[in-house]
Amino acid sequence: MGTKVSKSKNLIDSILINREWCKRCGICVAFCPKDVFEEDEEGTVSVPRPEDCIYCELCERLCPDLAITLVPKSQPETQTAGDAS
Amino acid sequence: MSETKKPAGYYLRERFMPHLWCAGCGHGTVLNGLVRSVDELGLKKREIVMVSGIGCSARMAGYLDFHTLHTLHGRALAFATGVKLSRPELKIICPLGDGDALAIGGNHFIHAARRNIDITVLILNNRIYGMTGGQYSPLSGCGIDATTAPYSSIDEAFDAVRLATASGATFVARTTTFHVHQMQQILTQAIQHKGFSVVEVLSQCPTHFGRKNGGLEAVDMLKGYQQNTAPVGSKKLENSPDLIPVGVFVDEERAEYCDRYQGVIDRAQGGAAARTAPVGQGGAAAQGGAP
Ligand SMILES: Cc1ncc(C[n+]2csc(CCOP(=O)(O)OP(=O)(O)O)c2C)c(N)n1
Ligand code: SF4
Ligand code: SF4
Repeated sequence: MGTKVSKSKNLIDSILINREWCKRCGICVAFCPKDVFEEDEEGTVSVPRPEDCIYCELCERLCPDLAITLVPKSQPETQTAGDAS
Repeated sequence: MSETKKPAGYYLRERFMPHLWCAGCGHGTVLNGLVRSVDELGLKKREIVMVSGIGCSARMAGYLDFHTLHTLHGRALAFATGVKLSRPELKIICPLGDGDALAIGGNHFIHAARRNIDITVLILNNRIYGMTGGQYSPLSGCGIDATTAPYSSIDEAFDAVRLATASGATFVARTTTFHVHQMQQILTQAIQHKGFSVVEVLSQCPTHFGRKNGGLEAVDMLKGYQQNTAPVGSKKLENSPDLIPVGVFVDEERAEYCDRYQGVIDRAQGGAAARTAPVGQGGAAAQGGAP
């Protein structure tokens, strides 16, 4: 409901934007180092390039409206604490 | 980070969201960072009391699902002192505007610092009175346009870090709404610190400060924080001393006020012998009192 879901191929599963909380300030668009966001003339934010996300969390933390959620890919269960020297 | 990172919404009163702050207001980014710190520390909602005064910054108390008190302009620390003395086991966090903290509330601020009472103060410094429409504050500084300074301010600004330090705060730090990773680290340290901790967060008010000072928008103001700051103790700061230092300035231990007050209670209840013992010396035994 009002939440735009974008799928990523790499580190994150998806980037969620809560459209009911977002106030279109453009901060995420301006500061993402990988340019994953885009805004239209009205300032509505979309995520056309989620696969470029490097999971730096900058957008999620900078967002003054707590409107962004990065959903990381779940770790494969076979990976345990590495002492398999 | 705690392994079971809770969703941001866990600590929020989501029914009041979206919040009332303007688009791009830095106060929301401070709320964002604070939620992360509280999560990192694994604190329960009922272990925290947020006490605020009046101002845009003070509205933070409404959005967090802790014990919350939204009190009077400038007086948050008076209420917070009462809460802390009666329930010293609770964590007290006060989000104050620059006017709230250091104009009308300036006297409360210096004396709470002097007492070293275990309270965490966040000064959300947007260098203006946001809520009332853009009057200048004691943190605006010279050359700033405000509704009350249409020909620009001629008043020097307080340095909140130096003021807090001189007043006796035992943890003092500065960060900005651009330095979001540092903000979480510093907030976490400040909340953990036993004693009066002060974190000044430079926080943009695009609506009043930005509009009156060159038409700056939130993104411009964040870039300003990026360009005009340097870590305390860094080469960069040494080479460009005009930059604003960010980081931790003071982190020291000193007797905390509630603990000292407990000493008063003990002496009052301990009868004449305890009452006559000089403070800081261990009573009759320390005075060589033979039976
Ligand atoms: C005793 C009293 N005096 C004045 C006011 C009016 N007033 C409300 S908020 C405010 C200042 C807000 O500025 P600041 O504390 O810097 O916080 P901001 O809104 O910028 O976050 C003032 C003067 C008041 N509410 N109560
Ligand atoms: S930073 Fe947050 S509020 Fe601003 S445009 Fe991006 S999602 Fe919207
Ligand atoms: S007036 Fe300024 S401080 Fe208040 S909510 Fe708007 S941007 Fe934030």
